[in-house]
Amino acid sequence: MLQVIRRICSDPLGLIGLVLVVVLVVSAALASVIAPYDPIALNIIDRLQGPSFNHLLGTDQLGRDLFSRVLYGGRVALKVALISISIALCVGVVLGMIAGFGPRWLDNIIVLLFDTVRSFPTVMFALATVALVGPSLSTVIVIIVITSIPTYGRVVRTQTLTMKTNEYIQAERVMGASSFRILSVHLLPNVVGPLFILASMDIPTVIALEAGLSFLGMGVKPPTPSWGSILNDGYNLIRNTPWPIIAGSIPLVLVTLGFTFLGESLRDLIDPKLRNSL
Amino acid sequence: MLLYFIKRVGLGLLIVMLAVTLLFLMIHLVPGDPARILLGPRATPELIASMSLQLGLDKPLPVQIMMFFANLFTGDMGMDVITNRPVAEIVFGQLPYTLSLIFTAIIGASLIGIPLGCYSALNRNTLADRVVGILSVACITTPAFVVALYSLLIFAVHLQWFPAVGAGEKGDFWDQVSHLVLPAFAIGLSWVGYLSRLVRASMLEVMGENHIRTARAYGLPERVVVFRYALKLAVLPTVTVIGVGMGFLLSAALFTEIVFARPGLGKLIFDSISTRNYPVVMGSVLISTILFVVSTTLSDLINAWLDPRIRASL
Repeated sequence: MLQVIRRICSDPLGLIGLVLVVVLVVSAALASVIAPYDPIALNIIDRLQGPSFNHLLGTDQLGRDLFSRVLYGGRVALKVALISISIALCVGVVLGMIAGFGPRWLDNIIVLLFDTVRSFPTVMFALATVALVGPSLSTVIVIIVITSIPTYGRVVRTQTLTMKTNEYIQAERVMGASSFRILSVHLLPNVVGPLFILASMDIPTVIALEAGLSFLGMGVKPPTPSWGSILNDGYNLIRNTPWPIIAGSIPLVLVTLGFTFLGESLRDLIDPKLRNSL
Repeated sequence: MLLYFIKRVGLGLLIVMLAVTLLFLMIHLVPGDPARILLGPRATPELIASMSLQLGLDKPLPVQIMMFFANLFTGDMGMDVITNRPVAEIVFGQLPYTLSLIFTAIIGASLIGIPLGCYSALNRNTLADRVVGILSVACITTPAFVVALYSLLIFAVHLQWFPAVGAGEKGDFWDQVSHLVLPAFAIGLSWVGYLSRLVRASMLEVMGENHIRTARAYGLPERVVVFRYALKLAVLPTVTVIGVGMGFLLSAALFTEIVFARPGLGKLIFDSISTRNYPVVMGSVLISTILFVVSTTLSDLINAWLDPRIRASL
């Protein structure tokens, strides 16, 4: 672990990525300590202020401190990303292995389902779901889980298909090992590496999607702060003040950039062959 | 090739049908009567009953789905219950706006991104290459709606170089073009980054191949080697990437159309979902799914045509 961190730090972009991600995680975890104000406390007298020593990023139309809202918004972003990607990973691994290792007809059905889910542009699918179920954080998580499963599932399936014919797997089977044992002891450790990279590169996409849905008013409910809802406030106030847009976008852009740099650095570290794939 | 073509197109059709069925199921499995949700809390039972009849909700679900498909073949996508206009007319009225936006964005992004990637590859590992690389990643990771917000803030509100909302007067070409600049920029920026990285990678690969070495050995000028022989091959993967990227393009278009209050498929979907206008939701989501499936199928077919190994995999 220490060695991995040391090697990431030797790559300047990896180091920048790591710093940005650590800053996000720490500021989100300590939001209640760092934030100078309550993120949802109204203060109409101080509304629409620019940055000052009292309000580092200014205030919004209800006088809420934007810096505090940005800090708490980081919590929402991180929570959605971690929960949804972990669930999608688990389900994707199971489905992908079943598709790759199971009978051909099951494989066909699962792949068709994956393709169908992927044939909806994500945002359209998200909008349709939110319209029917109503906006909430858990709806956002469910949407991300459903739309991410096919990506992981397909990778696992392909890996399983190629490994299934390897001699050591054949040998294991001849010795009478159960399918469960072959999958969990031999195949799983081999697919985890690429999946881990894929998931770390997916975090920025998920954070951006959460922000996008909240921007459309279809993510977290007000007054809960999210970077997307801060940007939505900024959009409505665009002719009065630029600060909410600046406050909401800076962490969003920095964090997506940080996770991307970190993910690419990790990818080069774990699997240099993939370096030229993008 | 013909067999692959039939299989791939068949798969595309199957996916569209499954997607529509899924959408139907979603609308109907959610608690509450769609007609009641559509009409709001103050609707009388008679009104709800007549709306259900109009929407065909009184029939069993499989019959409804079959009817939807049967009507689709005659070009009938149902009636908009709010304005009482045919859904097909509404959707196809909005489609040109989105298509022109997407195509402008992609053409613009190709004009900037491909030369950038080419330049990066030819000046590999120089400072300029590094800067282009970092900028490309920054372009890729910044969400389209953030770019849209900033371009609205800077170029429309503060500098007032471009109009802020709408799609321009009908018939006035230059007005429409000036309304297209900022939204197309918002969608295209991430593609500039994406295309430049892609072209850089494939250019580096192509430049190492035998035919390039041969061309150089014949003493052809570097300009001819790069543009006539290398770039032509290196650009090929972008065609398929754009095909697969249709989903991202449509999503980005949705956000941009909302930020710039520009008519289009994305805004239509958003508005019809907000007003729970289900026939329009079905029609517009169907068309965007078809757009997406057609473009991915086309890019797969082009790929298979270029690379016989892929044909064997389906």
